[in-house]
Amino acid sequence: MTNAWTDIKNTDLVVIMGGNAAEAHPCGFKWVTEAKANRGAKLIVVDPRYTRSAAVSDYYAPIRQGSDIAFLLGVINYCIQNDKVQWDYVKAFTNAAYVVKDGFAYQDGLFTGYDEVKRDYNRSSWDYVIGEDGYAVVDETLQNPRCVWNLLKQHVSVYTPEMVNRICGTPKDKFLKICEMIAECSSPTRTMTSMYALGWTQHSKGAQNIRAMAMVQLILGNIGVRGGGMNALRGHSNIQGLTDLGLMSNLIPGYLTIPTEKEADFPTYMSTRGFKPLRPNQMSYWQNYRKFFVSFQKAMWGAAATPANDYAYQWLPKLDVPSYDVLRAFELMHQGKMNVYFCQGFNPLQAFPNKAKLAESLARLKLLVIMDPLETETARFWENHGIYNAADPAAIQTEVIQLPTTCFAEDEGSLVNSGRWLQWHWPAGSPPGEARTDSFILANIHLRLKELYRKEGGAFPDPILNLTWNYANPEEPTADELAKEMNGYVVSDVLDPNDPTKKVLEAGKQLATFGALRDDGSTAAGCWIFTGCYTEAGNMMARRDNSDPGDTGTYLKWSFAWPANRRILYNRASCDLDGKPWDPSRKLIEWDGTKWSGYDVPDIAPTAKPRDVGPFIMNPEGVSRLFTRGMMRDGPFPAHYEPFESPVVNVIAPKIKGNPVARVFKDDLAQFAETASPEFPYAATSYRLTEHFHYWTKNNHVNSVLQPEFFVEISEELAKEKGIANGGWSRVWSKRGSVLAKTVVTKRIRPLVCDGKTVHIVGIPIHWGFIGAARKGFGANVLTPYVGDANIETPEFKAFLVNIEASAGPASA
Amino acid sequence: MNMELSRRAFLRTAGAGLAGTTLGAMGFGEVEQAMAAAIRPFKLANTTETRNTCTYCSVACGIIIYSKGDLRKGERADITHIEGDSDHPTNRGTLCPKGAALLDIVHAKTRLTRPMLRKAGAASFEPISWDEAFDKIARAMKDDRDANFVATNKDGVTVNRWTTTGFLAASATTNETAWCTYKVVRSTGMLVFDNQARV
Amino acid sequence: MFPAIPNPPVTPPAPKFGEADLVRRSASEVTPPATRLTEVAKLIDVSKCIGCKACQAACIEWNNLHEEIGYNTGFYTNPPDLTENSFTLMRFTEWVNPETDNLEWLIRKDGCMHCADPGCLKACPSPGAIVQYSNGIVDFVHENCIGCGYCIKGCPFNIPRISKVDHTAYKCTLCSDRVAVGQGPACQKACPTQAIVFGTKDEMKDWADFRIKDLKSRGYDNAGLYDPQGVGGTHVMYVLQHADKPSLYAGLPDNPRISPLVETWKGVTKYVGLAAMGFAVAAGFVHHLIAGPNRVSPEDEAEAEKLAGGKPT
Repeated sequence: MTNAWTDIKNTDLVVIMGGNAAEAHPCGFKWVTEAKANRGAKLIVVDPRYTRSAAVSDYYAPIRQGSDIAFLLGVINYCIQNDKVQWDYVKAFTNAAYVVKDGFAYQDGLFTGYDEVKRDYNRSSWDYVIGEDGYAVVDETLQNPRCVWNLLKQHVSVYTPEMVNRICGTPKDKFLKICEMIAECSSPTRTMTSMYALGWTQHSKGAQNIRAMAMVQLILGNIGVRGGGMNALRGHSNIQGLTDLGLMSNLIPGYLTIPTEKEADFPTYMSTRGFKPLRPNQMSYWQNYRKFFVSFQKAMWGAAATPANDYAYQWLPKLDVPSYDVLRAFELMHQGKMNVYFCQGFNPLQAFPNKAKLAESLARLKLLVIMDPLETETARFWENHGIYNAADPAAIQTEVIQLPTTCFAEDEGSLVNSGRWLQWHWPAGSPPGEARTDSFILANIHLRLKELYRKEGGAFPDPILNLTWNYANPEEPTADELAKEMNGYVVSDVLDPNDPTKKVLEAGKQLATFGALRDDGSTAAGCWIFTGCYTEAGNMMARRDNSDPGDTGTYLKWSFAWPANRRILYNRASCDLDGKPWDPSRKLIEWDGTKWSGYDVPDIAPTAKPRDVGPFIMNPEGVSRLFTRGMMRDGPFPAHYEPFESPVVNVIAPKIKGNPVARVFKDDLAQFAETASPEFPYAATSYRLTEHFHYWTKNNHVNSVLQPEFFVEISEELAKEKGIANGGWSRVWSKRGSVLAKTVVTKRIRPLVCDGKTVHIVGIPIHWGFIGAARKGFGANVLTPYVGDANIETPEFKAFLVNIEASAGPASA
Repeated sequence: MNMELSRRAFLRTAGAGLAGTTLGAMGFGEVEQAMAAAIRPFKLANTTETRNTCTYCSVACGIIIYSKGDLRKGERADITHIEGDSDHPTNRGTLCPKGAALLDIVHAKTRLTRPMLRKAGAASFEPISWDEAFDKIARAMKDDRDANFVATNKDGVTVNRWTTTGFLAASATTNETAWCTYKVVRSTGMLVFDNQARV
Repeated sequence: MFPAIPNPPVTPPAPKFGEADLVRRSASEVTPPATRLTEVAKLIDVSKCIGCKACQAACIEWNNLHEEIGYNTGFYTNPPDLTENSFTLMRFTEWVNPETDNLEWLIRKDGCMHCADPGCLKACPSPGAIVQYSNGIVDFVHENCIGCGYCIKGCPFNIPRISKVDHTAYKCTLCSDRVAVGQGPACQKACPTQAIVFGTKDEMKDWADFRIKDLKSRGYDNAGLYDPQGVGGTHVMYVLQHADKPSLYAGLPDNPRISPLVETWKGVTKYVGLAAMGFAVAAGFVHHLIAGPNRVSPEDEAEAEKLAGGKPT
């Protein structure tokens, strides 16, 4: 989230699209009901299903899953055509005026530079014209036909209300009503918030769904302001933290990146990370990259990371492919190229697409290690559970070690919420049986591996032997010790250059801010964006002062928010060019003539004069991007692409199937249904229910009472057509598998008409499996396709094709 | 940690809407009476309170865990009840149906209580000691790493990567555990490393 | 935001109400207390309800209930009905508003209404099995309950259920144990959107007015408060978008009234000797053991009429 849960109360219009906040985040959704009750705010829900969020909405419109970009570009087109643009914001705070290279174009669904064989673009033309002064060329009058604004205007012009109706199935009057409601927020004193989640990410063009709405928000001037923003509602309690800490194949904590094998040495690595400003005087914060990186290396390897060895640069692995994400991992496993796999609090047999492939993959491992507080399907993938898991144990040679871990109630530490607050919690109960903390387990694995390398030698042991591990009890680092390391500390004294008798930084002290980090090895910090969370003043994450001066919803003294305790990102943009709030009643910060101050920590240098420095300091432009240059694989603007399995052809570009640059493995391609397949005629989507949390709460008796049994949902129309009774059994199958489910026949799902064709929707909740208290059932992932988003490989769980028929149900039922 | 923050803070600061509830005034004339038979004794009496955060979604609702016994005093603590923390700015004491039933996940019948091993081809798990488990894991990692570690690529560039062992990191562990995990995993050169951000 | 009630105490004060605050006791006379407690109420704003069932989960947890894991029967309502272990239940109704042609998903939290004029208590033949406090809470006293099921017959909302284990009647207590120490009910505390709020009845009516104004501004011309006077008003009230049609909400009675028969039973408890009562009660219990779940049968009603010496009016 750019903003915080508690900030949503400040909004005038909530758009829930690509998510279902009432269902998946009920307690955060309270701030929507607060905005409605106290500000007269309105709630719009756009979803293939009439959801729990829709139940309390002011306006609902249906949409076919996988067509969100067409809808959102239609909204942008409406705003441009009807002059509903916050012009001052767009001109000053976005790259609307930037002139784009002549080579760039878009035609027949493709941008310039497409290579069909590689399924990739040469993105060199997707960039600004750079002037002789070394800065990007801009035309503030927006007259240049090659400026971003004019290219955008042209790009979205095809998405008329009629076209939106043809693609999305959304009735034209409903689409226009929503456009009108959204367009009102182009006023500087009206704000809209976007609340989205996996309804947007789980598509082969998920990242572009989100970009499209971010562009709407920029055009309306809603980023950086109270009650505005792009609010990604993260699913798990600490998935924000895990991502911040870089627990992904290609990341280093704090959104630094793992080197690729093209970056043979440290100078080469740094050469593409200069982040030179693209406008005069602009602050480009990533210019500090080297300080963050070196401090990270010092946190990892301490004294062994020296200037002489480029701070142990070579101790990091180098990537040969863009990422080893989970889809690639299971593909490699399936090919027999992986031997050992760890699942820490993770149940991939339920969580990833195409269960049959996953089970085959796990069966090709030598060793599977499970760390979990609960039984999982993954830990027992080899066990026979009849139709729910038809495994033959004798044929599976994988060894499985299952380790019992503590759960939240038994451990201590911090979690990052969706609004980037790091909140500390304390242990309350004794763990059951022999369960131990994850830190104990990881420490023991590390110590024993290190001991083996010390005794036996072996492949490149240096990074293991030299890993910083100076904890009081090496077998179980405490949460406080680890938090202090993440925050960062001074490695060696730094003297004041003007007065060498004074120490600017004193060795051994905790750092107060990431502004103090240095690139000469004198500071260490595990995760620079967390610096400030555990300082000499103590554990800032444990703060519990819930006062809120000005009733703004910022709560600056409650816990710690990254970065720098800032609660609303880009908050400089809440003020006009001269530093005065766009909406005085929603003041967040302001320029008082000498400095920035207010209710939040300013997202700009405190003394940066308003007209000198642009508000988006993490971009070298200083402005936000309506055109993303070459930073996304599938285009600098979003474009409509159908899901890989679609009931209709792409109206905009009929020859293109799916996202043209999404990665597809060969065997998986063969397992996709044809476009408009008569064999698989129905558009399916999978989702959560409020009564359950993923695959955990089926272990919980009470939640199993509230939603006991696997079901699918269909419209009354489809039920009638297929002769399926409410509460009766259905069989649902895709090209990858087949499930039996109870059927809920509902008015909340209606068939849509897309380009003249009736499209029926089948809804499939995800929460059941063969382990736990709830009735045994099938995972939705028996059916889902093995393909991910073109940029970040999020599986396309939200749009695929199935067939359905009435069934007698399982033999045992 | 400031566990004793005034519980009245919200009543002081929450100015919106109606004036503060007069529930406090429902003392009903301070009638000191024995509890009627119908009214159960208040079950949180003499329990220990601990501030924690709900383990499910990232709204991160504040919760209070009530236990018999106090870990801070070195005692065994058995959790008896969990409810929302009224002092928390986001949830204000509320919880969703998962949060409201957290007690049952802590005490779920399917909680794991001891390390187990499933041998190749076996039809069931068998118990194993922590020591045996750790030794087996470290041995398997070392053997695989030594056999498959790639020090340089075909162009002779140092790449120091290991792609035959992978790690899926949890989504509900703490940052501190995650940092510990990062250090251990990355120091081996492992690249097949991912989390639950996408599913 | 309706201000949150502070967290519960772990060193609770002495209970704020008890036996001396009873205003009614089934099949018995009570001396009315000299001072009456302030009336409390739970307000359920259906227009803010997202049907998440947090209230159900919180109720089960707080009251240490053990509900069975059931089946999907084609509806979101789970379990399919109130039980002795589910004192509250979200009931889901899909309704297409004929005026707008829009679907409305009406979700009502069902449970005891804590009537000012409680039909269950009036129907109950067992002395002290059902009590009413002057703050409005109607509570069941299990050791006095004989499991006859007359309370179900007496309830205009069909709320109490008889336990298959101890054969006594169960329903929502309005968390009397929590209210006694200054807390709100568990369901109210959990409710994510504050669709459930709790306070004095007057406060709740004021809050309802505030909500109804908002609903009217959004085009719900018939939004209103459900506080049915046929049962003397209730201590659980609803804000309804369509207060002119309560029965849209999973059959919420439009005009709930206590069955006239119950007035007769009141006569029974007043004028028939305890020995005769004992007989009726034993008969009821035997009937339960033979016939399974206890319901007031036509024979029971006839017996009651005979005992009362006349036909109900």
